[in-house]
Amino acid sequence: MDSASEKLFQDKVDQDIRIEPKDWMPEAYRKTLIRQISQHAHSEIVGMLPEANWITRAPSLRRKATLIAKVQDEAGHGLYLYSAAETLGISRDEMISQLHSGKAKYSSIFNYPTLTWADMGAIGWLVDGAAIMNQVPLCRASYGPYARAMVRICKEESFHQRQGFEILLVLSRGSEAQRRMCQDAIDRWWWPSVMMFGPNDDASPHTAQSMQWKIKRFTNDELRQKFVDVCAEQVKLLGMRLPDAELRWNEERQHYDFGSIDWEEFWNVVNSNGPCNRQRLAVRVKAHEDGAWVREAAVAHAEKKIQYGKTA
Amino acid sequence: MEKQHNWPLWEIFIRSKQGLDHKHVGSLHAADAAMAIENARDVYTRRMEGVSIWVVESKYIHASNPDDAAAFYDPANDKVYRHPTFYDLPDELKHM
Repeated sequence: MDSASEKLFQDKVDQDIRIEPKDWMPEAYRKTLIRQISQHAHSEIVGMLPEANWITRAPSLRRKATLIAKVQDEAGHGLYLYSAAETLGISRDEMISQLHSGKAKYSSIFNYPTLTWADMGAIGWLVDGAAIMNQVPLCRASYGPYARAMVRICKEESFHQRQGFEILLVLSRGSEAQRRMCQDAIDRWWWPSVMMFGPNDDASPHTAQSMQWKIKRFTNDELRQKFVDVCAEQVKLLGMRLPDAELRWNEERQHYDFGSIDWEEFWNVVNSNGPCNRQRLAVRVKAHEDGAWVREAAVAHAEKKIQYGKTA
Repeated sequence: MEKQHNWPLWEIFIRSKQGLDHKHVGSLHAADAAMAIENARDVYTRRMEGVSIWVVESKYIHASNPDDAAAFYDPANDKVYRHPTFYDLPDELKHM
């Protein structure tokens, strides 16, 4: 029975027929998706923290309104994804406790500090740019609720990247100090952004299975190359440079060659030893705990209303 | 104490503009219907995606079983004569 179901399942995936929550699916597909979607949801939620730090210090009302809207979008993206993951049979509480206990990971990029205003620009351009590169193909992921969440997210993400590039563009046309600040942010965010695509393909053993299931549509290295190619051109508009001495156009490959990644740094940050891992989780846990009374009060209020026979 | 926090799940339906149907857009947690509507506004209509919101607690949604889909929809499968293009009519026939 199981192998027949499995064949039926893979046939549907091969024909690009979406899998929906109540359809039969292999246990490993369910587990992998729960991990992938919840990890993405956690990244959106933790991703609010480095930027929220700058809301009160944004240089103008326009920038402040924009940054609030962006952070609010990220909360929304986290919620779309948590809901998608819940359709696979995991509860919201379970996911949140996995995040808080450190069992679940989130994108390592958010474990780097945001030191200057220019970091808001670099995050929008590079970090959101890398995220978009990853996410656009997932709009065609085989799991329906996930694909639909990604469509919604990608529509909104484009504003994030454009506002980031605009911040850098303004700085790049500013004073000498502003130009230095712009270059410094690019220098610090470039390599962590390149690392966002994950280990090299030969060190990524689950890629083949995930691609067969269509919950991953391009390999890490394919996406990374695409990202480097795009950014190497875009940086020229800023009159800045990417911090990679080996970056150069390869006429034969029709791609940019680039330097090697510091994988030791990558694994260090993944394994909780990045500059801000502890701080991010501590802030996240505190926010959750501080909000406990609100959640309790809301439930008490809802119960009381039912008791008095009123609805909504 | 923690178990008290479990807000129920709500399915959200949004009418994107007057004249169109409400369409399912996703789900969220809320303590009651009023909060579900407010949360739905913040989560699903940040860019004017809606002019009307319905919320239904997920436990009240009953769904057909995908495993039965083949048999369940079978009655409609062999009735092409329900479609206007089934009928052979001369090209000269106008306005039909």
